[in-house]
Amino acid sequence: MDLLRFITCGSVDDGKSTLIGRLLYDSDSVSLDVLATLEKKRNATNSDSVDLALLTDGLKAEREQGITIDVAHKYFTTPRRKFIITDAPGHVQYTRNMVTGASNADLAIVLVDARQGVIEQTRRHTLLASLLGIRYFVLAVNKMDLVGNDEAVFQKIKTDYDAIAQQLRLPHVIAIPLSALNGDNVVRHSPSLPWYGGPSLLQHLESVPTVADANPHEPRFQVQYVIRPQTEELPDYRGYAGRIQSGVYKVGDKVRIQPSGLETSIEAIEVNQKEVPSAEAPQAVVLRLRDDIDISRGDSIVPVHTHPAVIRELEATLCWMDERPLKAGRKLLVQHHSAVVKASVSAILQKTNIETFESVGTDEAKLNDIVRVRLKTAVPLVVDEYRSNRVTGAFILVDEQTGSTLAAGLVTATEEEYFTQEIAVEPAFSI
Amino acid sequence: MDYLDRLEAEAIHIMREVAGQFERPALLFSGGKDSIALTRLAEKAFRPGKFPFPLVHVDTGHNFPEVLAFRDKLAADLGEKLIVRKVEDTIRERGLVEPGGKYPSRNPLQTYTLLDVIEEFEFDACIGGARRDEEKARAKERIFSVRDDFGQWDPKRQRPELWNIYNGRIRKGENVRVFPISNWTELDVWNYIQRENIALPNIYFTHERECVVLPSGQLLGLSEHITIDEDDEIVTRNVRFRTVGDSTCTAAVESDAATIDDIIQDILVAKVSERGATRLDDNLSETGMEDRKRNGYF
Repeated sequence: MDLLRFITCGSVDDGKSTLIGRLLYDSDSVSLDVLATLEKKRNATNSDSVDLALLTDGLKAEREQGITIDVAHKYFTTPRRKFIITDAPGHVQYTRNMVTGASNADLAIVLVDARQGVIEQTRRHTLLASLLGIRYFVLAVNKMDLVGNDEAVFQKIKTDYDAIAQQLRLPHVIAIPLSALNGDNVVRHSPSLPWYGGPSLLQHLESVPTVADANPHEPRFQVQYVIRPQTEELPDYRGYAGRIQSGVYKVGDKVRIQPSGLETSIEAIEVNQKEVPSAEAPQAVVLRLRDDIDISRGDSIVPVHTHPAVIRELEATLCWMDERPLKAGRKLLVQHHSAVVKASVSAILQKTNIETFESVGTDEAKLNDIVRVRLKTAVPLVVDEYRSNRVTGAFILVDEQTGSTLAAGLVTATEEEYFTQEIAVEPAFSI
Repeated sequence: MDYLDRLEAEAIHIMREVAGQFERPALLFSGGKDSIALTRLAEKAFRPGKFPFPLVHVDTGHNFPEVLAFRDKLAADLGEKLIVRKVEDTIRERGLVEPGGKYPSRNPLQTYTLLDVIEEFEFDACIGGARRDEEKARAKERIFSVRDDFGQWDPKRQRPELWNIYNGRIRKGENVRVFPISNWTELDVWNYIQRENIALPNIYFTHERECVVLPSGQLLGLSEHITIDEDDEIVTRNVRFRTVGDSTCTAAVESDAATIDDIIQDILVAKVSERGATRLDDNLSETGMEDRKRNGYF
């Protein structure tokens, strides 16, 4: 059985929590005592049906306000697959949660209200999900019952969304008409929507390929921890523990340690103390090397025939997540998985308008802004562009004093010739 | 890779990040199945080396004796250091009031002992076996969860957790709670225990036990810590425990499950969620867990 991680995005009243509640409910993933709590609630508020949204709204403030504030995780299993749902809030001010949720997802469900159609938030959520590298999109047109299950309404929304999909070059998109409240086309096909011949939402979720396997990529491995027992039986044992980030590693591979550039080869690969001939992403392994080289946490071990960028200057797209705006010249930390290095933002180049998808010049990044910046680091990073490797192309920015996570970063260019032309910022008032 | 292999790889990766990022981590060990699974994951993460952290048990004094015996044997078999701190010592030293009532629970007082042991050893990270599927407030918990000097959790100030990059940078006095099996469900843990052939305390399996029938219909095993009145209904049943907490607030469920296979079958047909079936303390209010977590509970 395999695993699919997906994110649900939509606006406040699109019925996102109800949709998740429906998936859990109809796939028999809700237990009796949880249902009893819902039933108690229903009686107290004198409503007709159980409020499925209560299954996902976890915090006191969320239930009081009837909204979702923070990313929540839900789990369900069908005979075919285990699913991890990341439920990201839909408010404008919570873009950072949406980016957080999308960073770990294989698929995005973009929810729209059939009465409203495609709105600004639909564009924004789709852009963010696509930016974070999600390849599979489901346009879930919800509340079809409230528009008389009218096919023309659905087709109009689908056409509007196709324009977004084309603009962002989304590789896989499917549109499904449904009603989360009534359960139409969520798990089972609905007789209310006879004109729709495609799969139900769950059928689709069960059949899309899981793209989490990063194995078509070049092999990448970063050292997390060095195992040195220094016991009588194992006086010289040195194992480099880490997770294979992408690709396949084999015993005998000639490898280069980066950023030092020293070369050796793989003597053994251990998984759970047993030697194996090869291992693949995302397995957690221990590598032993032929030669005794000085290697520490954060170093990368890559086959000599592949070439990650080993650089101190790069261009990246950031989603800024801190209240305090980012200005050029700011010093901070880059955390690239197990490597943490000092860095400075040498230039803020442009900002993406998340409604029109256009880029404009800017000299600062405010909370929830998507900006392109140039970074300089104190020691070299071993990276790939995000579009070619979703693991090694990702990093976060961290405040050195408070430890707060300031931004999500995606490596966009690693070679100077592909750097963006610096955009001159017009003064606000010309004389 | 099978989904269980993926969950395992994720948990090992998280444990190694703890070892790499912190100076004085600890693994909080309750003797329950989730923390026992954590020790197996730690073996996979760090052998042939030693664990880079001790096992720490906060003993409420109301634990099941079978679980304590199991705890000591496991630590000895692993050859790892075990630190035990007792809630009754905290009660004495801090002059706290021993909880009263018919079924006194020291569960809320555990928090004091936990914060004290963190301070005593200056632990900067504590690994725990909590899972997001256990409870609604837990579903919003990060894998690396930063707590302030008072051990408090502020759900609105959580750090965004991007990709599988874990930010454990903290200021002096703060510490991080780390949950490597966040994304596992109860069934995933049982499937893992079965696959890995992991030994468990025998109270997880069916046995005959004298219980008092609570007004809710739940069964609570008799022990010296609870008060029995004349009109209490006492029964002897074949029961097992789904979670291992305090004997005063962990209810037994009727079951004939004698093997892990039986238990998995039990769960597949069980219609009552894990905490709901067995934890008396969460039923107090709808936000029981959230309130306790805000105050430093695990």
